Amino acid sequence: MRRTFPILITVVVGWVLIVADFIPHKPFGNLGDDFALYFDIIAVFAFILGGGNLFRIHLTKVQKKKKDWPFSIVTLGGFIVMLAAGLFKIGNPGGIQGDVAAVGSLFNDMYMQIFTPLQASMFALLAFFVGSASYRAFRAKTTEATILLIAAFIVLLGRTPFGLWLTSGLTGDMSFLQLPNLTDWIMDVPNLAGQRAIMIGIALGVISMSLRLILGVERTYLGGDSD
Amino acid sequence: MGYSVISGLRKSVPTCIIALTLLLGPSAFAQESPDTATVDSVFVSEAVESAASPRAAQLNVVQDSRGDAGGAISVKWFRSPDDGMGADNITGYEIFRSESPDGLFESVGFASRGRTSFEDATTVDGQTYYYYLATVSATGVSRSGVSAGARSSAQWLNTRDIDTLIIGFIICFSVIFFIYHAQKGKKLFLRKIAGLEAVDEAIGRATEMGRPILFIPGIQDLDNVQTVAGLTILGRIARTIADYDTKINMPVSRSIVMATARETIKQAYVAAGRPDAYSDDMVYYLTDEQFGYVAAVDGIMVREKPATCFYLGAFFAESLIMAETGNSIGAIQIAGTAMPSQLPFFIAACDYTLIGEELFAASAYLSDEPRQLGALKGQDVGKIIAMSVILVLCILFSVAAITESESILSLANTFKGWFSLS
Amino acid sequence: MTNGAMKKQSLVERLQYIDRRIIFAFIAVAVIVPLLIGAQLKEKTTPIVQAMFDNVEGLPEGSRVLLSYDYGPTTAPEIQPMVDAMVRHCAERKCKMYMMAVWATGHNLTGETIEGVLRPDFPDLEYGVDFINLGYKAGNQGLIRLILVDFKTMYSTDANNIAIDDFPMMENITSLRNFDLIVSFGGGFPGIKEWIQFAGDPGNIPIGGGCTAVGAPNLYPYYPSQLVGLLGGAKGAAEYENALIIAYPKYEDYPMAGMSLMVSQTVAHIVIIFFIVFGNVLYFILRARGMTKEGLGGVR
Repeated sequence: MRRTFPILITVVVGWVLIVADFIPHKPFGNLGDDFALYFDIIAVFAFILGGGNLFRIHLTKVQKKKKDWPFSIVTLGGFIVMLAAGLFKIGNPGGIQGDVAAVGSLFNDMYMQIFTPLQASMFALLAFFVGSASYRAFRAKTTEATILLIAAFIVLLGRTPFGLWLTSGLTGDMSFLQLPNLTDWIMDVPNLAGQRAIMIGIALGVISMSLRLILGVERTYLGGDSD
Repeated sequence: MGYSVISGLRKSVPTCIIALTLLLGPSAFAQESPDTATVDSVFVSEAVESAASPRAAQLNVVQDSRGDAGGAISVKWFRSPDDGMGADNITGYEIFRSESPDGLFESVGFASRGRTSFEDATTVDGQTYYYYLATVSATGVSRSGVSAGARSSAQWLNTRDIDTLIIGFIICFSVIFFIYHAQKGKKLFLRKIAGLEAVDEAIGRATEMGRPILFIPGIQDLDNVQTVAGLTILGRIARTIADYDTKINMPVSRSIVMATARETIKQAYVAAGRPDAYSDDMVYYLTDEQFGYVAAVDGIMVREKPATCFYLGAFFAESLIMAETGNSIGAIQIAGTAMPSQLPFFIAACDYTLIGEELFAASAYLSDEPRQLGALKGQDVGKIIAMSVILVLCILFSVAAITESESILSLANTFKGWFSLS
Repeated sequence: MTNGAMKKQSLVERLQYIDRRIIFAFIAVAVIVPLLIGAQLKEKTTPIVQAMFDNVEGLPEGSRVLLSYDYGPTTAPEIQPMVDAMVRHCAERKCKMYMMAVWATGHNLTGETIEGVLRPDFPDLEYGVDFINLGYKAGNQGLIRLILVDFKTMYSTDANNIAIDDFPMMENITSLRNFDLIVSFGGGFPGIKEWIQFAGDPGNIPIGGGCTAVGAPNLYPYYPSQLVGLLGGAKGAAEYENALIIAYPKYEDYPMAGMSLMVSQTVAHIVIIFFIVFGNVLYFILRARGMTKEGLGGVR
């Protein structure tokens, strides 16, 4: 029963929504949007669950002085201060009615001065990790790896003005061999063909997965196969 | 729990439909179908032009928008001779509407030059409306005649997506057919997926080393079918973990995913006969914020040094940051995602990567259950259709180009139209 | 074999497993130094970016362009240059600009454009007449679906809570179909793909896009049928800036953010190429000596 009921709802809702997508007339037409709204409402309540969980875990950590507990104080502090700044619109020039992100408010200041640089720093790590991952991945160990290596080499160089400078002597009939042109060809032909094939495969995978779910064949996410 | 599952699947169904439209491939904007060329409105007044004004565009069709939920009337016109090519190059067309042909007309929208249609989506069903078009240029305005009355109404069938419906039906039918066909016990061949073959070995390694397993279900909510796919694999993994008593560490970035994953793992422990060994602390929420989440996960990796990392779900730019950190601590890494742009990063940094559809097939593969495997077989029918259509279209367009035959070209375009978004 | 040869061999072997921090240090220098010097590098405009430029260039005066800020501070350094270049171009074309965000984090960034580009360089443009900041609204793709049908249900006020009916440029805006061009910046979710699926295709509205370099290959399949053009990463921004300079020579000596980033990117690419070549040379040396084995080579 514990699993039968959710599966039943899944099956009914799933099929109704598929049918509804092809029937624009009321009451079917708006079902998709209505359910999206229900999801958002549930997600908001679930956020309280998530936020509460975060608060509880870190509070316990501080109370019991578990390993690395000072970091938990930072987490709790950041959580409370940012929440209060946004909720009570501290320092907001428009008062409690003002735009939450109004320039001059504490929320906006913290967003621009703390949150933004922290976020950008994390994203910037990619530049470094791309370097180390490329160094490891691009080795001419097999034929396929060699093709990958050559393609990477052309695209990396072709994406820079250096690539154009290096092959600018190739003009006329040979101009297709200029690195930027070769790069465009790699991106537009083999890369695009591969991307499309993967996308078609994914689309079919999504259909098959969704059908398994709404037919009740796949129920592992509920914890098991049997009732 | 029930709620989260329903709400999660709510969007997986439209995702399924979006997937169908994706399958149909990126295509040209909607082409006007030939039947819209017929004028079904009788114009009740003549066009008005003055010497300084541009030549007026003339209305073509004013009719109820097809296949919609009502509340919209489609206005189509023939471009002004001055549109883009005349001496008096126009700015665009302003659409005016009234509830009576000689009543007060008010503007309902503007379409820039080059456009030949406008949808007035502010109509009340059952009310008759009359339209005219003003062709606007820097020097003046010319108006078209007033159309005959048109009324909007809701339709029972979305005729715009009829091709999606037919192809979707064929694919769905074949999946369902093979699911039930497989129940009869016919053995199906499955190619080996190295990443999935390695799952047990990866869990075993963590158990031997006495270190935890890190499971990341992506950073999207349960309304993304990739997250659901990640959780179905979690369900399989959790059974082995419960049997081996391996520690699992699962930080998540969505609250609903947290609730669902807890239930998934809990049920696996119950099934293994060890409900007492389960703890809610195995799954915990960090933050919805993408890079805040990555920072926390990287911290967990460096401090706790998990022996095995699973990344199964929807990932964006954080994929490489996590996978490279995992690589630096020497963890065995198994990834799977249907985000094509992140696949190269996972392939470069992880030991095994489930590419696109393999993520969705994983649960069926691991279960070895006939009905689940049948669904995979049904999926192949879709692939055969896609490949055949691509092949036939390639041949038709190539032949049309070589022979310069108009009839073959038109046949190819008609065929392409069936498989294009409308 | 001599001791020296033994040592040399072990050095090559050791180098195969280079400390990742060495690579990190090289990349840090490659990125930071050009930025400090402030050099700029012109980029030849590729067809996909030129198509985007031509589309904006072809817009008549007074055309309505919707700019959606679907990104956050993380990708802002990569995306903001293309936003600035395109806003500058729209302002030159005297288009009316409507700024909005389907990402909560995009809301603050609209202010960056207004204060950083429009106010200092186009002081004649008036808020509410030539450009407007509609702010962020929740709902992801649901929001796009909704405003395709009825714009004012969701946007009854601008970002500063002023009724939009008070602004002349909001007259006759009833749905997304009233816009001549929609440009979404940001390749994440929701982003360009959702704008295509829920606005461009059903509403027959031209959609353009700007996204990170990583996200661009994912969106190429939509060009040219469903996307009028696409700017990918710093290179896309630099290419757009180049097209802008050719069409409007007054920007010749103007500091362009995309072109500055391209110097760093070029040097970083060369550093990565160097490491790839270096790794392969070591690999082939070891292979020649019969010392390779599966999985050899990498970083520590």
